[in-house]
Amino acid sequence: MEKVNLFITCLLDTLFPDTAQAVVDVLEHLGLTVHIPKGQTCCGQPAFNAGFWDEARDMARYTIDLFSKVEGPIIIPSGSCGVMIIRHYPELFSNDPVYGPKIQALAGRLFEFTQFLVDHLHVSSLGAAFPARIVYHPSCHTLRGLQVDRQPRALLAEVQGLEILSQENPPTCCGFGGIFAIKMPEISGQMLANRLTAFEATGADLVVGCDISCLMHIEGGLRKKGSRMRTMHIAQILAQGLKS
Amino acid sequence: MSTAPVSIRQGVKKALENPDRLVNIQTAAERFYTGRIAALTTLPDSDALRDLGRKIRAHTIAHLDQYLLQFEASLSALGGVVHWAGDAREAGEIITQIARAAQVKRIAKSKSMVSEEIQLNARLEAAGMEIVETDLGEYIAQLSGDHPSHIIAPVVHLNRKDVGRVFAEKLKVPYTENVLELNAIARRSLREVFLSADMGISGCNLAVAETGTICLVTNEGNGRMVTSLPRVHVALMGMERIVPTIKDLGVLLQLLARSATGQKMSSYTSLITGPRRQREEKGPQELHVVILDNGRTGILGSDLAEVLYCIRCAACLNVCPVYRSIGGHAYGAVYTGPIGSVISPALGGIARYADLPQASTLCGACREACPVRIDLPTLLLRLRNKTIRQEISPLWMKAGLKGFRWITTDAGRYNFLTWLAGIFSKVLGKQWLTWLPGPLRGWTRYRSFPPFQKSFQQRRRRAKGED
Repeated sequence: MEKVNLFITCLLDTLFPDTAQAVVDVLEHLGLTVHIPKGQTCCGQPAFNAGFWDEARDMARYTIDLFSKVEGPIIIPSGSCGVMIIRHYPELFSNDPVYGPKIQALAGRLFEFTQFLVDHLHVSSLGAAFPARIVYHPSCHTLRGLQVDRQPRALLAEVQGLEILSQENPPTCCGFGGIFAIKMPEISGQMLANRLTAFEATGADLVVGCDISCLMHIEGGLRKKGSRMRTMHIAQILAQGLKS
Repeated sequence: MSTAPVSIRQGVKKALENPDRLVNIQTAAERFYTGRIAALTTLPDSDALRDLGRKIRAHTIAHLDQYLLQFEASLSALGGVVHWAGDAREAGEIITQIARAAQVKRIAKSKSMVSEEIQLNARLEAAGMEIVETDLGEYIAQLSGDHPSHIIAPVVHLNRKDVGRVFAEKLKVPYTENVLELNAIARRSLREVFLSADMGISGCNLAVAETGTICLVTNEGNGRMVTSLPRVHVALMGMERIVPTIKDLGVLLQLLARSATGQKMSSYTSLITGPRRQREEKGPQELHVVILDNGRTGILGSDLAEVLYCIRCAACLNVCPVYRSIGGHAYGAVYTGPIGSVISPALGGIARYADLPQASTLCGACREACPVRIDLPTLLLRLRNKTIRQEISPLWMKAGLKGFRWITTDAGRYNFLTWLAGIFSKVLGKQWLTWLPGPLRGWTRYRSFPPFQKSFQQRRRRAKGED
């Protein structure tokens, strides 16, 4: 049984533990042994995005040290955290003779959740069934930062009964942006309103995505609006779809 | 002009009070966006051309001094005069001097964002000159005391009804919202300006070092009129707006109009190489090119240098979800949108424009759209770091992030605090929260917040009997 490590990410850990469990369930269903390195916290993205790079470095070093101690692939169910490690850690530690190589080694075995399933395990059909009409929201960091889009769509296409409704092109940011959501709330709220209008126009029951941060912001908006639409992380669709 | 720090949130609140204007902007941005996508498909390999465009700009910026000096030599040999302006005040003085020496009273001006940057009109008017904007959008803005809200389409926030009202009020003509009639009104009015102007001031989209050429890309005939009818022509250019050869110009011209409006070429692409020659009877007798620094030297060689590759196509504005949501005026700066969010603090100071790099989700649509592949999100992040190093940050954010760092760099602290959150969850229940205190109120004004939980790692420890 292949062993994989899971970087659950601070948001899934603290606010969406059921989704975190769904990630584990899917991986275990595929015959993997999932190891969750103890003491994991946060990749440092909130501090980095806010410009607090010294603090971000401290958090990054903690994370790099922790995951350097384990071998094998590291799966991360979040595109934005993946981008932080793969694209921004090098910026934080450019010319660092110790952490530079550590980051390179880590990045080489770090996979976003859907990327791991489709590109590494070569699995897109899990035998899941989940009848629902959904719209897929491609999170910006997942889409443009990691170039991951084909993989989640391939997985969703194989879920029985799932109808993936199309929405207007091009993919547009939901307006979360991390601290931006509370630092520039008016802009964030306006961008969110635009997205919700687009989602509701499709008539879908669910908005599905790979990034819990976007989904948290979108669902928060849907609930405030009194909409019956909800969000689900792709891991939840797959995990629940496997149970049926 | 005020030097107080720009508050983008104030600008946004004002912008959101005028939803009709935002619709105008979104409509135009959408049109430019779809135009760009379609126009790029007319190139055999647009990705390769963008890579080449970036290479040309990167090389030029890395050897900027060499190419600027070559340009000066080339143009001087043809009778043109090159002036070097260190800052806005100097540029104003140089142009005023040129105008005085040539006994200029009336100036016809075609569009130039650099002239907005240095407040040229105000400086020349203070020196007693009359200056009339001849780009239709700038003309409308000048008549109504407005400012451009978009880098290439100045009054994209207005529609034809707004224009009709401006013309009726300021030009004393009957109100019309018919586009052809509005055009005719403007043409009649501006024709008189072109024919009577002593001096024409233009911008410069790209200068060519090897030939001493300045290239103007416009869709209106005003660029031609302003640079060929008056006896004196002054072209104002940012010092980074140059390419080595005519061939290089060709590459960038293929990208510029396509990226800006979706045209393969603009209606008038003008290459002006020197003033009237000895036996020529037409054209300006004097051609002056004023090369402006105004902070650009400070960007060269820095970790923001890439922003100097910009060819001012505004593709980033058209695709930016923030710009589309709030429009250009909300930014409170001459240069708006993603490019403006880097250029404004880089040129005008971080203290004044600290808000602009914050007004982005770093979605990356701008980087995807840029014809020369400027990595704007990374430049914005670097500016945010520079802002923090200048100690410009609200206390709640500094405290919050330092606290967050403290919690997340020790497993014991993290586990304790997540355990506490788990206790909270028992008290607060499973409902999404509709109110959060302090700076977090910004969240709940627009959305609910998910309920506190017993953390996943804690559940796992409990399940494995480790708690």
